[in-house]
Amino acid sequence: METQVILNSKHFELTINRLCYQLIETHNDFSNTVLIGLQPRGVNVLERIKSRLEIILGREVICGKLDITFYRDDFRRRETPIIPSATNIDFVIEGKQVVLMDDVLFTGRTIRSGLDALLAYGRPENVELLSLVDRRFKRDLPIRANYVGKTVDTLLSERVSVEWKEIEGEDKIVLFTPENNG
Amino acid sequence: MDNLSVDHLTGIDNLTTNDIELIFKTADSFKEVINRPIKKVPSLRDITIANLFFENSTRTRLSFELAEKRLSADVVNFSAASSSVKKGETLIDTVNNILSMKVDMVVMRHPNPGAAKFLSERVDAKIVNAGDGTHEHPTQALLDAYSIRERLGKVSGKKVVIVGDILHSRVALSNIYCLQKLGAEVMVCGPTTLIPKYISELGVHVEHNLVAALDWCDVANMLRIQLERQEMKYFPSLREYSMQYGLTKDILDGLSKEIVVMHPGPINRGVEITSEVADSSQSIILNQVENGVAIRMAVIYLLASKIKRQ
Repeated sequence: METQVILNSKHFELTINRLCYQLIETHNDFSNTVLIGLQPRGVNVLERIKSRLEIILGREVICGKLDITFYRDDFRRRETPIIPSATNIDFVIEGKQVVLMDDVLFTGRTIRSGLDALLAYGRPENVELLSLVDRRFKRDLPIRANYVGKTVDTLLSERVSVEWKEIEGEDKIVLFTPENNG
Repeated sequence: MDNLSVDHLTGIDNLTTNDIELIFKTADSFKEVINRPIKKVPSLRDITIANLFFENSTRTRLSFELAEKRLSADVVNFSAASSSVKKGETLIDTVNNILSMKVDMVVMRHPNPGAAKFLSERVDAKIVNAGDGTHEHPTQALLDAYSIRERLGKVSGKKVVIVGDILHSRVALSNIYCLQKLGAEVMVCGPTTLIPKYISELGVHVEHNLVAALDWCDVANMLRIQLERQEMKYFPSLREYSMQYGLTKDILDGLSKEIVVMHPGPINRGVEITSEVADSSQSIILNQVENGVAIRMAVIYLLASKIKRQ
């Protein structure tokens, strides 16, 4: 397995900063906007963006966590059921502008489930998507991110992983390539 | 512990502690789901479930049906009163006929102990036991233990007394298995005639004095006297039973600590428990009912994940 860092910790911080300013361009003071991280790894993106945004804006941004386990389209297609994580949305989504957040956008199926799960909480005014990594070339559904940290072109056999200072010890995005990859 | 060790829920007896904890963890998520504005998830939209009730039930049947519908399963209901069972059809024939209509899971209540296990060995569908005679009622025990965990933080190390008609109670047996697997101590309390002779072999304490039992416990689970199952007199009168084993506010207030009061329903107010106690802040009877839906969603969801796709 060959590993390659495609975003180091310095650029990682710059990217988070840029995403925050892009969000501010569209959402101004966030008075009608809520941020929702998809469990489990989208929550890391959410927390990082939230803390940076709150420093820039000087005010609190409303955030929630959404678990999509029961909305997945691969139930009974896996060997074992996925253990759900907590959902924590203690505000009304009705009429709000929602920004969904995840770490890697690949097939788009997770986002599809996330949209379904989100609608159980009401009818938002609109929904946008922020993804730290956009893996092109294997989208199964017509889904596109509005805010992208880094776009990468990968083979199907490759794997992209976002690592966090709080969990893995360092902020970085890593590309894993299996050997003899033809 | 990502999957249940069993393919059917016939009883608590053959579940592992890990199974019970997996069910509880999954139920936590479903409890959140049933408190949303839209209380429904699409997980089981390609599953059909038949609820076969060969014995009367209101709460359990409603609870199962709500659980199934909130998982988006298709549901068919069947009750023995209006069926061909009355015309002499056997259990296997009845169920096989229903399965021919492509049903994936059967939730069954039946008056004969062992009916669920019997069925699980003979038909090609997941079986959930919703009560088999005086044997087991696993989902009730799971929701009881789950409610204790919710109220007291954990089940392990807690002392639970089950009061009343232990002899005819499937709730008592399932509760004993479930609580012991989770590390709780169990006591049964009731008149000598309603306590099975060899029950202490299950490792439970036996007590015939209600106040002594309540003084010992953290949780009291008050069972209903099942007059419909009693073919002879086990005590002189309901009034006498109530005087000796009925839980009143005076008894509760006289205890040295605050205990949690449970009841699997239906309540006979004024017999095993007074209205004052049933409606008091120490009672978690309605929490039990709410948790029942979450627990049943978890059981059905986990068993359904084992149904092979064609």
